[in-house]
Amino acid sequence: MKSVEDLLKLKEEVQQSLALRDEGEKIRVVVGMGTCGIAAGAREVMSAVLDEVAKRRLTNVAVTQTGCIGLCAQEPLVDVLIPGKPRVTYGKVNAQKARQIVAQHVVNGIVIREWVVNK
Amino acid sequence: MEELALHLLDLMENSLAAGACRLELKIREDIAANLMAIELVDDGRGMEEGEIKAALDPFFTTRTSRRVGLGLSLFRATARQCGGDLTLSSRPGAGTRVAVIMELNHVDRPPLGDMGATIAAALARELPLELYYRHERDGKVFEFSSTRLKEILGDIPFNLAPVLTWVRDFVNGGLQKLYGGEDRL
Repeated sequence: MKSVEDLLKLKEEVQQSLALRDEGEKIRVVVGMGTCGIAAGAREVMSAVLDEVAKRRLTNVAVTQTGCIGLCAQEPLVDVLIPGKPRVTYGKVNAQKARQIVAQHVVNGIVIREWVVNK
Repeated sequence: MEELALHLLDLMENSLAAGACRLELKIREDIAANLMAIELVDDGRGMEEGEIKAALDPFFTTRTSRRVGLGLSLFRATARQCGGDLTLSSRPGAGTRVAVIMELNHVDRPPLGDMGATIAAALARELPLELYYRHERDGKVFEFSSTRLKEILGDIPFNLAPVLTWVRDFVNGGLQKLYGGEDRL
């Protein structure tokens, strides 16, 4: 998946699924990307989230990053925001946990309580 | 940080925190001159002379000036350890330029690392970002332009996983060609 032809194909697929579903507000997954987060492995966490969301062809999920939010000791941090539900912040996330967060929380709506830092 | 790509992500985060909406990253590897030169230019709010000094000093950087942390001084230490240096030039309202040089084959020079993941992470945001990345290695050039990507994608936002994974793979694939396909990561 790395040529311009792939990109055009991808565009078509995304457009179709957007048109089909008209999802309204998107689910957002936010990864903390301050110096603290980056040093703790936030980029790898983001890569894992992207892989998992792309693999499942979820087009109603936006993946974004944010700077340091002052919880450096808990980095890498991942927020999951599902429209109409309270924000959930996971701490000390690694690539493997990130994949589980996508599978359980983003897809099925089940919060993984033991990793949540804002209980 | 174990990769140059992680230092660069950190620098780009500084730029974004300083309100930049255009970033230009240029990396040049010159094997004959044994030189690696990195330049990051942003159009953020820029810094005054005093702020530039503080930005490079790990002990004078305080929490109140959130837009720079330990990152710059860490990167400078790495550059100096590798026979080079990191320099900052900036003016209020005129953006910031970070320039790093290092000996290309210095034993302590961190590997380039996963530049694809770094570029994808920088583009993963709500606000639009114009990002141009040029990597030159002994005359061979790889270029990535988010403006071109936007032209192709139209209304589709960058922060969707299929788009960002494509960016990651496109960048890493392009760089691999510069390295003649050898295993680099």
